[in-house]
Amino acid sequence: MNKTWNNRAWFMVLPVLLLVAFSAIIPLMTVVNYSVQDTFGNNQFFWAGAEWFEEMLTSDRFWLAMGRNLIFSFIILAIEIPLGIFIALNMPRKGWGVPVCLVLMALPLLIPWNVVGTIWQVFGRVDIGLLGYVMNALGFDYNYVNDPFDAWVTVIVMDVWHWTSLVVLLCYAGLVSIPDAYYQAAKIDGASRWAVFRYIQLPKMNRVLLIAVLLRFMDSFMIYTEPFVVTGGGPGNSTTFLSIDLVKMAIGQFDLGPAAAMSIIYFLIILAMSWVFYTVMTNYDAEK
Amino acid sequence: MARIDIDHIRHAYGPNPKASKDYALKEVHHTFEDGGAYALLGPSGCGKTTLLNIMSGLVEPSEGRILFDGRDVTRLSTQERNIAQVFQFPVIYDTMTVYDNLAFPLRNRGVPEVEVDRKVREIIAMIDLETWSKRKARGLTADQKQKISLGRGLVRSDVNAILFDEPLTVIDPHMKWQLRSQLKQLHRRFGYTMIYVTHDQTEALSFADKVVVMFDGEIVQIGTPAELFERPRHTFVGYFIGSPGMNVMPAAIDGTIARVGSQTIALPGMPVAATGSIELGIRPEFVRLGREGMPVTIDKIEDVGRHRIVRTRLEGRDLAAIVPEDGDIPADPRVAFDPAGINIYADSWRVDYGSAA
Repeated sequence: MNKTWNNRAWFMVLPVLLLVAFSAIIPLMTVVNYSVQDTFGNNQFFWAGAEWFEEMLTSDRFWLAMGRNLIFSFIILAIEIPLGIFIALNMPRKGWGVPVCLVLMALPLLIPWNVVGTIWQVFGRVDIGLLGYVMNALGFDYNYVNDPFDAWVTVIVMDVWHWTSLVVLLCYAGLVSIPDAYYQAAKIDGASRWAVFRYIQLPKMNRVLLIAVLLRFMDSFMIYTEPFVVTGGGPGNSTTFLSIDLVKMAIGQFDLGPAAAMSIIYFLIILAMSWVFYTVMTNYDAEK
Repeated sequence: MARIDIDHIRHAYGPNPKASKDYALKEVHHTFEDGGAYALLGPSGCGKTTLLNIMSGLVEPSEGRILFDGRDVTRLSTQERNIAQVFQFPVIYDTMTVYDNLAFPLRNRGVPEVEVDRKVREIIAMIDLETWSKRKARGLTADQKQKISLGRGLVRSDVNAILFDEPLTVIDPHMKWQLRSQLKQLHRRFGYTMIYVTHDQTEALSFADKVVVMFDGEIVQIGTPAELFERPRHTFVGYFIGSPGMNVMPAAIDGTIARVGSQTIALPGMPVAATGSIELGIRPEFVRLGREGMPVTIDKIEDVGRHRIVRTRLEGRDLAAIVPEDGDIPADPRVAFDPAGINIYADSWRVDYGSAA
């Protein structure tokens, strides 16, 4: 086949290139620039080399935030994925219940992050919040401002409330694509409810579940707004996740060098994770 | 194996059916004998799949009862009825191996593993997938998948009946023939009660001992392939079975003579109770094209290989005739009807002849 070579076609990608340059590459390079320099104000910068990276990778503060973040991601995945599957399995397949359920499920997803945070911040307050007040009235010593455990529970329940719907909707989409004949055949074959789930529904949900895990992991690993609004990272540093810590360092303490180094490490972790998930997904497809 | 009685079954998919047009299935009353090979034949939407699903328990009929060997099973679940069913499109369990797919119905019923292994090996050999047995089922072609579906239906030896819902739709023609003869062989060997739904007359006629022809929610005729061919009970059966279908033309009856337009045709006997709208039906196989009889004009000659189909017009009505490949088609064509092939219909239903006059 004769291909037409025309290098002017490269001009076609120019707009996208410019857009990406201004929105991503240039800001990222600024961060790289900060991460290898030190400043004492007056816009004077000194070469620092890998100093900030070494400091970051050996600091307890970074690893503690990282640990908290991984535990958080693990817990919300362990709750949201099974819960999402369970709800999707029990949603109606036809009739008036379908639109009702879909709208109810979509509602939390439509609420902006900071509003979700504000809702739960008020909801959990012991003086005026419905949840906080009722819990205390029932004799539970619940106070997310003082107690790290309560703060964690609040942040986790909030995330589950906010994001389980996403898993539900993805799973539901996978489930409704299964033709009736599969269920009929399973009945004929005498399959139990569990066998239907294990051999028909789960395989069909496989792909969407992988996407759900990927999205929820990424989102929870980058979580910032909601816990920031509710707990501000406290009490102490108990709910200070990576991004909260990063903002504290960069904007709160104005430690531009360490914050930039941390950003880059953070960015590389996310990049590596994305690559792992992408590889897993494409391999899964190739196997098919 | 069981005898299946369909006792005045009616079914409507919508709620509160009133008029007979609300019913997908209008009053079916029939017995499928133990060990019979039946075909349910009819065009799309005639209710044959509905009837099949009612037998297997996937659909509960609006009215009427189903009996297996005299036992009422109308309210029993599919599992309790112990039926095997093969669907139009292959259903396989993607994540399982071919072997496990076939073992699945047996394992679900707690059959001992030794017995499972014996049955599965036998079926795998029969559907010719031995080399695939340890492979995941998801990589197979459509006809291999459908063979697995068939295999899952056949693997249980204790079933009351095996139902097939157009199972060969996705299969290549040469495989169709092979699978059909394998099914037939199985039927002879094990004496399963088999009911086979299809809209393909060749499939129905070659598979079944008895063909049940359905039209618009009703059974219009039950008979052997020969009966359906020679004595269609309803003009629909005449049209639907045969290629091309039966010629049907309005006629008037006068004793043992039928009049079509200005032509008179001798009948083999005197039709009894021929009232209403009368039609004469004759298959193209019984129309003799030659130099004697009624004059016709020829529209078109189709050569289909083994013979030729001659499309003619008799008294302004279409009439197809079959002429042998080497048969002579004269310049001044005329047709004669073989009396043995003439059927008389009153309001679309066949009427019998009385004693020959």
